[in-house]
Amino acid sequence: MLKIRNLDVGYGSLNVLRHVSLHVNPGEIVTIIGANGAGKTTLLRTISGLMRARDGQVRFQDEDISSEPAERIVFRGCSLVPEGRQVFATMPVRENLLLGAYVQYRRGRHEQVRQDLEYIYRIFPVLKQREHQFAGTLSGGEQQMLAIGRALMSRPSLIMLDEPSMGLAPLIVKDIFAIIGRLRDQGKTVLLVEQNARSALRIANRGYVLETGRIILEGAAEDLLANREIQRAYLGKDLDAENR
Amino acid sequence: MYWQPENERMDRKELEQLQLERLASTLNRVYLNVPFYRRKFDEAGFNPDDLRSLDDLRRLPFTVKSDLRQNYPYGLFAVPLREVVRVHASSGTTGMSTVVGYTKNDIKTWSNLVGRILVAGGITADDVIQISFNYGLFTGAFGLHYGAELVGASVIPMSSGNTKRQIQILQDFKTTALVGTPSYAMLIADTMIEMGINRNSLSLKWGLFGAEPWTDAMRRELQDKLKITATDNYGLSEVMGPGVAGECLERNGLHIAEDHFLVEVVDPNTLQPVAPGEIGELVITTLTKEAFPMIRYRTRDLTRLMAEPCPCGRTMRRMARVMGRTDDMLIIRGVNVFPSQIEAVLFDIEGTEPHYQIVIDRKGALDEATVLVEVSEQIFFDQMKKQTELKETIRKRIASELGISAEIKLVEKKSLERFEGKAKRVIDNRKL
Repeated sequence: MLKIRNLDVGYGSLNVLRHVSLHVNPGEIVTIIGANGAGKTTLLRTISGLMRARDGQVRFQDEDISSEPAERIVFRGCSLVPEGRQVFATMPVRENLLLGAYVQYRRGRHEQVRQDLEYIYRIFPVLKQREHQFAGTLSGGEQQMLAIGRALMSRPSLIMLDEPSMGLAPLIVKDIFAIIGRLRDQGKTVLLVEQNARSALRIANRGYVLETGRIILEGAAEDLLANREIQRAYLGKDLDAENR
Repeated sequence: MYWQPENERMDRKELEQLQLERLASTLNRVYLNVPFYRRKFDEAGFNPDDLRSLDDLRRLPFTVKSDLRQNYPYGLFAVPLREVVRVHASSGTTGMSTVVGYTKNDIKTWSNLVGRILVAGGITADDVIQISFNYGLFTGAFGLHYGAELVGASVIPMSSGNTKRQIQILQDFKTTALVGTPSYAMLIADTMIEMGINRNSLSLKWGLFGAEPWTDAMRRELQDKLKITATDNYGLSEVMGPGVAGECLERNGLHIAEDHFLVEVVDPNTLQPVAPGEIGELVITTLTKEAFPMIRYRTRDLTRLMAEPCPCGRTMRRMARVMGRTDDMLIIRGVNVFPSQIEAVLFDIEGTEPHYQIVIDRKGALDEATVLVEVSEQIFFDQMKKQTELKETIRKRIASELGISAEIKLVEKKSLERFEGKAKRVIDNRKL
């Protein structure tokens, strides 16, 4: 589905990503874990076409998309749920969702858009209730659902989520991760960037650990959960306390 | 039958992507965590950030056995010791043996890779596996043991030796698969014949043999005598242990676990890659090892790669049976022995001269080593008792430090042939 080779990305003289290579197979949830500033968001922005790589290649469904504009990448079926949700606060929920369907409108699939909207309301009933409310009046968790719903409206085969749990209450976080798990069950492929490494690894199939722009470990999610270095660095386990 | 079908039959293009990802993360980790590699990479002017393709691996320095010795015991570990759940050491046990470690995940990976070679060699959960490798620091027994348990077979941790008891257990426990060195399997077979045991009283179907070089002629003989299907497998403790490669039932080359090991074949003199399919020295880089990653390890084993597809459906390339060594290491009954180790023992013992010769024969199926040692005139012409004592001392020291039993013969000073330049210390009469 997605294949990245030797991606180098930077701002000015600063290198953020250094020869990052990774892949996502169809039907998988792959997570990228790492500390603040490791380059996770930069990676998703580069895949989405919002930033340009200095070197390296991004292939989506076997085609090179490294130099394509962002809207073209959405057309291909690769959607981003951005960090901090970025909903249009002064627009109603329904219009936010319809904006996500822009690519379908362009293809003249009006009937399909209507059905998709119903589908989003089915998986997120709360959005139906708030249909005509301004997005800015929604709670953090509801805004996150809206952001996911908006991305789904473009009917992506790959959905990328940037820190979907950020700033949410623990109970809501649980809901959001349950939703992400269901997306996979419905046949979507997910690339998930998270600081909440434990929750992310629990639902993911595979994971990559990004440290100062380099991938230092990759593997099955359960193996990463069992790795003591990761436990110490990202899962907040105090191993010294365990040994005392 | 496959143990991990998605991996073993992986599309070659996907495999290459996975190898590149894993190589990058391995290089990043060793550069960060192992001072030895950081220094060597820096000296070679290589930064892990420079890696662009698998071919860039060639810019990295090789790692050799003496690097492991110089960093004895834990110097090359990439994780703190408390994350290590198992330690093994290479066979040929001296104070300077090479020590390797495994994290929990490493053991899991190892077990799965052994699972692959077991299933490739015919094993299922219904089999009863007798493991006749020596249990201990050596990786053979534990590697096969964990893999066999994972596959769900019934494991008999028999260890080696006590051949008659091995045979009794083969009979009584209804063993269906024998695991060990091919030479030991041959001894079991020959002992059975000597004892007049009817082969049909056994349930044996499979033999998985490794840890020493053997031939197709020996395979035929083992298959004949034991009425089994015998497969070859390959591994070395420095990169993991058994499970690096193993034959499928086609019995034509050993499938390498290329999703976990990157292999190269180089000319042992120029150290440049040989043409595809040519014979050379096997060089291995680990791609997933956590505790003990190895970068470009020179195995000293001679083989060639077989890239053509195998009828069994595995996409992993095969290596031909190991054809020999590029150094002077001998494998005597599965134990790695360097002539220099024998030299070191003799050097320590008074009355011996630093001139010696090692003669290896194969008596029946087993290797027999004889060490000819020159001794000073006084001892040579001295009474029998002193000579016997000296022989016994040398024999014991070799047994305890090298882990092999050798016959010792004392010879008169200057009676062994002298060589200009490189001495020929070893006379290997085994036909392999």
